[in-house]
Amino acid sequence: MPKEVLATKHPDDELIRTDRMPHIWCPGCGIGIVMKCYIKAIKKSGIPPERHVVVSGIGCSSRLSGYVNIDSYHTTHGRAIPFAIGMNLVKPELEITVIAGDGDLVTIGGNHFMHAIRRNHDINVILINNFIYGMTGGQYGATTPLGSKASSAPYGTIDNPLNIPLLVASLGAPFVARWTTFHVHQLTDAILKAMKINGFAFIEVLSPCPTQYGEDNNFPTGLDMMKYFKKTCVVNHEADLRTVDIDLKSGKPIVVGNFVHKEKPSYNDMERKLIEDAMRERKLHG
Amino acid sequence: MTEGLIPPGKYFMQGNVACVEAALIAGCRFFAGYPITPSSEILQWMSYRLPQVGGHFIQMEDEIASIMAVLGASNAGVKSMTATSGPGFSLMQEGIGFGMMTETPCVIVNVQRGGPSTGIPTLVGQGDVMQARWGSHGDYEAIVYAPNNVQEMFDLTIKAFNASEEYRQPVVLLADQVISHMYGSLTVPPHDEIKIVNRKLPCVPPNIPDFKPFDAKYEVPPMALAGMGYRVHVTGLTHDERGYPYYTHEVSTWCVKHLVSKVRNNAKKIWEVEHFMLEDADIVLISYGITSRSSYQAVKIARSEGIKAGMLRLITLWPFPDEIVKKVSEQAKVIVVPEINMGQIIHPVREVAECLVVGLSWAPGAVPTPDVILDTIRYVSR
Repeated sequence: MPKEVLATKHPDDELIRTDRMPHIWCPGCGIGIVMKCYIKAIKKSGIPPERHVVVSGIGCSSRLSGYVNIDSYHTTHGRAIPFAIGMNLVKPELEITVIAGDGDLVTIGGNHFMHAIRRNHDINVILINNFIYGMTGGQYGATTPLGSKASSAPYGTIDNPLNIPLLVASLGAPFVARWTTFHVHQLTDAILKAMKINGFAFIEVLSPCPTQYGEDNNFPTGLDMMKYFKKTCVVNHEADLRTVDIDLKSGKPIVVGNFVHKEKPSYNDMERKLIEDAMRERKLHG
Repeated sequence: MTEGLIPPGKYFMQGNVACVEAALIAGCRFFAGYPITPSSEILQWMSYRLPQVGGHFIQMEDEIASIMAVLGASNAGVKSMTATSGPGFSLMQEGIGFGMMTETPCVIVNVQRGGPSTGIPTLVGQGDVMQARWGSHGDYEAIVYAPNNVQEMFDLTIKAFNASEEYRQPVVLLADQVISHMYGSLTVPPHDEIKIVNRKLPCVPPNIPDFKPFDAKYEVPPMALAGMGYRVHVTGLTHDERGYPYYTHEVSTWCVKHLVSKVRNNAKKIWEVEHFMLEDADIVLISYGITSRSSYQAVKIARSEGIKAGMLRLITLWPFPDEIVKKVSEQAKVIVVPEINMGQIIHPVREVAECLVVGLSWAPGAVPTPDVILDTIRYVSR
């Protein structure tokens, strides 16, 4: 007879709100994997958990903020980035990571997303792209591959999805990466890199949503999409970002990697200097 | 602390500028905003003054981002503010609701202009009175002040910050285009004579087991800020004392009742009104903001004609000073409510008044002159 072993503790418990388990995510969902990678990165970052803050918006991915045992802010739909910016400006010593879904960050929140990158605020943004609105019941969004079936696109979508790494790089972000929930080590490493970047550090994580996307689009289980990631992903850090769009149909390679990794003055650097100058000027001239 | 702040003394100043100087004295060190007439002077003067006192100014991509940045900064412990006008105030409503639900102090200045929609951007209106009360979905109790001169743009800005810190919620300074653009005299008192309220912080150390950021034993819970080590979870969802989303009817009842009762129970402390020639008045104007300035004159002329007129000026619009209005109505024959809208504050007045209530609705774009109000007084006095 095998002996029953009851685990009462997990090494990550310190960073998980265990009193909120079970979580809301479906079997096969990839968001928990992203949470695990984020927690690993927090531990490896050398920054005490008290200085880490997670900010999210609304949606399945944004529920992550409620399960991580650090200061966590679950804001309104699409508005996690401006909330994080306000917090970052007044307390730059905080290591603020925005984690939210594709519908939240680049669809309803697209304007804030774009301008935050342009201004280069010192925050980390992890976009969990599962190609669909999960929480509201499988409607299509700005990342849904062309021709996908969705609850609001019974005949298939007819609008072109965003190529997010291309968009982010074009706006000058100092760190741009894409990984999938299959690439847990690379993803953890990218989150760590993002935490060390001075400026807007961005990671797109492709993630399965078997319940709301997969079922109608030939990925009936989470494992099916994980296998697809395994089969079709190509690591290319030097990729031409104009070619990294995703169709999830033809077997076209999904390009992943740390595409941009550079130094650039952040908004915070510029603001610090502006404030120093203004204070000095006032003292000189009254 | 007082370094870089406007020194005590007498000034001749624009309303919007007085508002900025007051905010700095109140301790505001973060402003996020988006340009919109007729509030832009606040944004511009903040962009000049905040860096001088070591504060943070940022012009955001829209008003939605502005209010959210303000709430983010406030959750990190810095007194924060934004300023806008009609259309921008509409865009901020979701964020204001988030601030109410998460009990985040901040000040929103809404310089009213003509509406609806784009309306008359450069001219006066008072059409946002009900929006300031009910603009965001769901139940909450708004705190709203209506200044009627430059001095009050200053004084009420400080009071708005104090109330926001005391009751942990967004507070609205509901100005209008004329008061904001008006130049007038301002007396800045010695800084140490100005009452400044700061939010209460938790008195227990971080990392104690069972710390409750929204502990029900407090009428207004002390605020655990980002980075203090309390590991708070703050959500716009209906939440329990731990801050965790929780949807039982019991928790929902507690959550919503808590939000409204912290203001309702203290309404009398928040109410501010001015009594003008009310002692023996049987025709009473209930007036606020720019319109009250015409009302003073109308009352004076009516008195010279032998009509016993008076005015109750509402400085606090919300929570509505219902008991004060009721009391005034008990000695009045008629209450007249002049407003630059098609009838807004007249509704809560009618709800409590013991006498006849007559509205004087005035379309946005101009202030009703004393003559207009006087005509109504004469008419109802017959």
